[in-house]
Amino acid sequence: MYSEESSQLSEQSCCRCITVLWGNGARCVVCLCCKGVSFLSSLFGYQGSDSELKVEKDGVSDSESKVDSGLPEVPVPPDDTPEVLNKALSGLSSRWKNWWVRGILTLAMISFFFFIIYLGPMVLMMIVLCVQIKCFHEIITIGYSVYHSYHLPWFRTLSWYFLLCVNYFFYGETVTDYFFTLVQREEPLRILSKYHRFISFALYLTGFCMFVLSLVKKHYRLQFYMFGWTHVTLLIVVTQSHLIIHNLFEGMIWFIVPISCVICNDIMAYMFGFFFGRTPLIKLSPKKTWEGFIGGFFATIVFGILLSYVMAGVRYFVCPVEFNNDSNSFQVDCEPSDLFQLQDYALPSILESVTGWTTVRLYPFQIHSIALSTFASIVGPFGGFFASGFKRAFKIKDFANTIPGHGGIMDRFDCQYLMATFVNVYIASFIRGPNPTKVIQQLLALRVDQQLHIFNSLKAHLTEKGLLPALEEAAA
Amino acid sequence: RPFKVDNQSKLQLVTDASSTDKVPVSLHISILHRWKNYWIRGVLSLAMISGFFLIIYMGPIALILVMTVQIKCFQEIITIGYRVYHSYELPWFRTLSWYFLICVNYFFYGETLADYFGALVQREEPLQFLARYHRFISFALYLAGFCMFVLSLVKKHYRLQFYMFAWTHVTLLIVVTQSHLVIQNLFEGMIWFIVPISIVICNDIMAYLFGFFFGRTPLIKLSPKKTWEGFIGGFFSTVVFGFILAYLLSQFQYCVCPVGFNSETNKFTVECEPPDIFVMQEYTLPAVLQNTLKWKTVNLYPFQIHSIFLSSFASLIGPFGGFFASGFKRAFKIKDFADTIPGHGGIMDRFDCQYLMATFTHVYIASFIRGPNPSKVLQQLLMLQPEQQLSIFHTLHSHLRERDMLPPAANQAE
Repeated sequence: MYSEESSQLSEQSCCRCITVLWGNGARCVVCLCCKGVSFLSSLFGYQGSDSELKVEKDGVSDSESKVDSGLPEVPVPPDDTPEVLNKALSGLSSRWKNWWVRGILTLAMISFFFFIIYLGPMVLMMIVLCVQIKCFHEIITIGYSVYHSYHLPWFRTLSWYFLLCVNYFFYGETVTDYFFTLVQREEPLRILSKYHRFISFALYLTGFCMFVLSLVKKHYRLQFYMFGWTHVTLLIVVTQSHLIIHNLFEGMIWFIVPISCVICNDIMAYMFGFFFGRTPLIKLSPKKTWEGFIGGFFATIVFGILLSYVMAGVRYFVCPVEFNNDSNSFQVDCEPSDLFQLQDYALPSILESVTGWTTVRLYPFQIHSIALSTFASIVGPFGGFFASGFKRAFKIKDFANTIPGHGGIMDRFDCQYLMATFVNVYIASFIRGPNPTKVIQQLLALRVDQQLHIFNSLKAHLTEKGLLPALEEAAA
Repeated sequence: RPFKVDNQSKLQLVTDASSTDKVPVSLHISILHRWKNYWIRGVLSLAMISGFFLIIYMGPIALILVMTVQIKCFQEIITIGYRVYHSYELPWFRTLSWYFLICVNYFFYGETLADYFGALVQREEPLQFLARYHRFISFALYLAGFCMFVLSLVKKHYRLQFYMFAWTHVTLLIVVTQSHLVIQNLFEGMIWFIVPISIVICNDIMAYLFGFFFGRTPLIKLSPKKTWEGFIGGFFSTVVFGFILAYLLSQFQYCVCPVGFNSETNKFTVECEPPDIFVMQEYTLPAVLQNTLKWKTVNLYPFQIHSIFLSSFASLIGPFGGFFASGFKRAFKIKDFADTIPGHGGIMDRFDCQYLMATFTHVYIASFIRGPNPSKVLQQLLMLQPEQQLSIFHTLHSHLRERDMLPPAANQAE
């Protein structure tokens, strides 16, 4: 038996409290509070799924927080969605509202994606850099709020300094590879590239020594945690973004198709799950279902094949990006490699009887796209689960509130983490050989007796293959 | 009179209130124990140094030593992580940490072996397959571990598990990368392995001795035992030591030549024509030194000049690695990383100053000494498309002709 003594809805703190009197005289205060409510719910007074039940009985707090004892709570980031959207969407019910917002923003992001592809490789590189900086900023901010590190002024500086160092190192390696002739021409650039590793290491060491000197007596553990956090973030975010840029330089198709496959898998898995979803997939993400997973897998493979067919015919996408020294601009013009030339494949007899064709014309790249799509559908989601686990571990709903309805930039890119590395490893293992310009560069840096030795070995090799004598005769 | 041993193993004289004589005995006994501590430290230092030289004598099998040290360091740091996070009841995580260690080691050893044992690898069919798809296989192995981690996330322990995941990765980054850089230095020539490690050990010992005898002004709050006198004295004595050691070792082909693998005899060979930096050259002294020493020129190995830079780094920046480890120990409230070596603590305690040295030596070699590896360049050449090979051939041909390096017979044959 209980009696409701007081019930008040407090407008400011969004809490409703009742005091419950039990028959035996015990008394409980039960408060229903709203924490982290999305802007739409608060707009329409809907206090549903995001509310949190707090029961205080003799001061005993919620048992769940005891598990991770000693670890501070993460404050919820404020909601800063633009007013424009609020006003434009007033008058619709909240659930449809949410979808409209998500839908509009998805279309906006996809259009933006195509727009920057149109603008060319240089702009793409800038965009990748900006995305990387924003992701880094988001994760570091979470780390700060977890460790209440706001009052360690050095550490913000140091984190950004390490980001700068690692980016300098990676961009230096890329630039030296692809802009070789330009670098050799300018004297300061030549010195920077010759001693590049040494300079990067010296810069990093400076940061390391600053860290050691900045250790403050009572905050050792916090500072080491933040140091570790920064480095793991750099490892994940910065390395991946540079692998993306390597893929980009290989040919824009190696940038567009993987990202599109992952986005398609996201959307298709969501739709299949929405219409047919029944069996849950994994405890980490309760919204994912097996039907969505399998449907997304097949849909992504089909989409990948179609997209590669469309793109492999366009030279702009297929050629490696090169820097023209005379015109000082990027050019994307070449003879497409074998991978992007239509070839006849004989169908296996099963498919022959079904479709009535004996052979089919395909780009070899489409076969590779099946491998890429398979990876995006089967292993890619593990990146998403990792990010979900991370968010649950640190009790945050989204990484940030940059994109309304979608969360932060990291939320959009969590499935892309592994994809970029996979594509890079795939290209290095199955597609591309070494870069000939780089080989020449290394050759010319060797000692002369080593060069002679290689010259003789190469001559023997080419003569063996019968490539040499004919051309030598022609030259003579 | 009853004696009481307190937890710092210092004997204290326990007297009852009425006793009148107090002073000398306890003082003597505590000094005895201090000397006993020094004895143990001293004996074990000598033992470790002898062990070091024995391994060097045995040859490039020092690889195994580096591998063992790396595994032990990894184990020590992971154990600390476990204790800090009370992770004993997460059974998967020990397995996963060791699995990641094996993956990263496989990746690095595969890259090293493919470089140096090129001929051996080309001979054996399974090795050839493993070498060609090496990156893909390593990545697949790593991904398997990553997926296992995601599947092993348990509802109430998310944060703990993410912490241990990050801890493992940072440890791998520090310990495993450094050990592979050490191995690459070793293959460059054993002298690039011996001299940096000896210099760091010498700096440790000299800074300690100078601090012991002359130490007065403390250096940094993190390590109260370090003093400015020890720091500066250690710097100068290390430069001198490095100079002399470089002179002694540069004469031996065994130390100076890159380690090669002889495919016919299936053994390591360390024989070659010593590179230029290990050939004695004459340097003219600047006028200042000429007046004091009355020598005009001096015969030095160029390597000795390089050793000055290595010593400077070891004395000036190397200690920051030690301060980092001290800060780490204070942060996690541990006295030593482990108790492996009596009197010295764990393996990590001995190697904390070596962290940065190995990376510095590697970067130094790559930037100032070594060019690209010729066998690696040849390997890449042979992997190119035939028309690319032809164009490179012609470029090289004209380049060599410009320098008159081509023998006349080759010119005529074409």
